[in-house]
Amino acid sequence: MARIAGVDLPLNRRVEVGLTYIFGIGTARSQALLAKAGVSPDIRVKDLTEDEVARIRKAIQDEGGVEGDLRKKIQMDVRRLMDIGSYRGMRHRAGLPTRGQRTHTNARTHKGPRRAIAGKKKVTK
Amino acid sequence: MSRSLRKGPFVDDHLMKKVDDMNASDKKQVIKTWSRRSMVVPAMLNHTIAVHNGKKFVPVYITENMIGHRLGEFAATRTFRGHTGARKAEVVKK
Repeated sequence: MARIAGVDLPLNRRVEVGLTYIFGIGTARSQALLAKAGVSPDIRVKDLTEDEVARIRKAIQDEGGVEGDLRKKIQMDVRRLMDIGSYRGMRHRAGLPTRGQRTHTNARTHKGPRRAIAGKKKVTK
Repeated sequence: MSRSLRKGPFVDDHLMKKVDDMNASDKKQVIKTWSRRSMVVPAMLNHTIAVHNGKKFVPVYITENMIGHRLGEFAATRTFRGHTGARKAEVVKK
């Protein structure tokens, strides 16, 4: 069973893709890690030898910045923005986008699902 | 693209001069400035800088975490008092 950084990797995918199931690893990082570990990106996850898994695990451990640690770091960075009273921190507090996007429409990713507004008239044709 | 490191952080000359003067004279007073585009640099630590928000000066006490941000980020230019009926919605949520 290929279990790396607390995540079960999908067995039937190539390692290159399988590693991207770990939070903080995308295609680019996955390829870099495999090069560092000296593992071919084309092997299926189920065909990895114990030794290869160990090498990948070590490569990730050396770099850090995945899963829980990464989430914690992101949370700290946001907390810092809020604590210093910056504009970006205020936007985080308000649950709105922080990089100047429009909010008249869209911005649903950050604002979450639409909430009904009391007393707003529906437009009917 | 981010700014070339060779140039160093940007701070308006008139503001930098005031900060340097204050550091040299050991006095502490609020510096008023319109220069929202200036970056917060270590020389400003523990000073209070009143940053113009278009209407009035907002006092900003500079702490270590603020270094690298720009002064304007700490003086909001917009007032948002909530939407009409926002209070009602709040009550419903609780």
